[in-house]
Amino acid sequence: MASVWEYANPLKFMRTTDWLLPAVVVAAVVVTAIGLIWGFFFTPDDFRQGSTVKIIFLHVPAAMMAINAWVMMLVASLIWLIRRHHVSALAAKAAAPVGLVMTLIGLITGAVWGQPMWGTWWAWDPRLTSFLILFLFYLGYIALWSSIEDPDTGADLTAVLCLVGSVFAVLSRYAAIFWNQGLHQGASLSVAPGTRMDWAYKAPLYVSMTGFGLIFLALVLAGTRTEIRARRMKALVARERMA
Amino acid sequence: MIALLTRDLRLALRAGGGFGLGLAFFLIMAVLVPLGVGPQPSTLSLIAPGILWVGALLACLLSLDRIFALDFEDGSLDLLATAPVPLEAVVTIKALAHWLTTSLPLVLISPVLGLLLFLPAEAYLWLILSLLLGTPALSVIGTFGAALTVGLKRGGLLLSLLVLPLYIPTLIFGAEVVSRGAMGLSIGTPLALLAGITAGSVAILPFASALVLRINLR
Repeated sequence: MASVWEYANPLKFMRTTDWLLPAVVVAAVVVTAIGLIWGFFFTPDDFRQGSTVKIIFLHVPAAMMAINAWVMMLVASLIWLIRRHHVSALAAKAAAPVGLVMTLIGLITGAVWGQPMWGTWWAWDPRLTSFLILFLFYLGYIALWSSIEDPDTGADLTAVLCLVGSVFAVLSRYAAIFWNQGLHQGASLSVAPGTRMDWAYKAPLYVSMTGFGLIFLALVLAGTRTEIRARRMKALVARERMA
Repeated sequence: MIALLTRDLRLALRAGGGFGLGLAFFLIMAVLVPLGVGPQPSTLSLIAPGILWVGALLACLLSLDRIFALDFEDGSLDLLATAPVPLEAVVTIKALAHWLTTSLPLVLISPVLGLLLFLPAEAYLWLILSLLLGTPALSVIGTFGAALTVGLKRGGLLLSLLVLPLYIPTLIFGAEVVSRGAMGLSIGTPLALLAGITAGSVAILPFASALVLRINLR
């Protein structure tokens, strides 16, 4: 009976990702390229925003992945704390820098769009503020990983930090809403009927969101593989020294 | 547990315990801000609630690494971990001692600093009340951060990076209470939310801190 837990075995994980990673990389590049080229060159200009609207094809996928990366780290940390699978802890570690960069892309593209549209690079809007706070959480998480030498202790401590941090990140999100009313529009995509966006924009947006998801997957897989190899190297060196 | 509390209090109050440091920092902060933004009472009274809350928060942060560091160095933390008292209780007592020696003096001195910053008269009550309600959360969250970084060599800076984001909700609601009080608006909602954050942190975070401390002592 095949189960997802088989991939907690580093050997099995490495063997599967040997062929899976190149496939995901190719898919990520192709899908993102289609999404972005379609979005940038083959969609009409918005009647009010002009061509600046097209930054949405970078902004929304990056922002989505910034949040999803944290959720993935949360799940991976829980799996590590409960079932002690090392691959899971390493995947959480590998996801953090990707999430950090995604948050940064979201903030920067937002600023670039906000300058002509809102007339300001930055506003203390709840959404913008919570993203900045998320950025700080990523920084703290990565800093804690990099300052602990023992890998198991580091995995444990960062996992607990991720759990506690998630609670406080959500709290901060709602505190920020309470604290200031915003400039930022509501959700760009919604499953509710009467959605705001035309399919001419929605279709390429979905494609580039899929592309960003694949990019994230590829980077996390590659990062996890690197971490596993680094662990093996360390074990090899230790063994050499013992002999 | 009471013995532990009195021991911690005595250690903090005697020479070398760094008891006055947080207070001095809070005072300097309240002196520096008018020097930086100018002496106009209108500006100062507008930003006073935020400055006082940020100052209290940073002063609290300053003394966090002392919660466990000394006990970790001389080994008494290992003894406490193996003692019959559960580690969760030890952590709670440590947070309480930190609150009594650092946060409570800050609360008591804050009206004086409010005077320096031209805090509107209506806001004093809410300042003291919000600090009284909010600072236990700061101490408990800080204890969690201190427990996370206890074994690290350059833990101090990392501690602030980890703890400050966790302080954000407390800060937002606390400062909101005071500034709404200063404007004469109703303060029920932020006060209730602030109390909720404190109650939640005090109830849950000692378990996380004890878990993290056990990992660090292993």
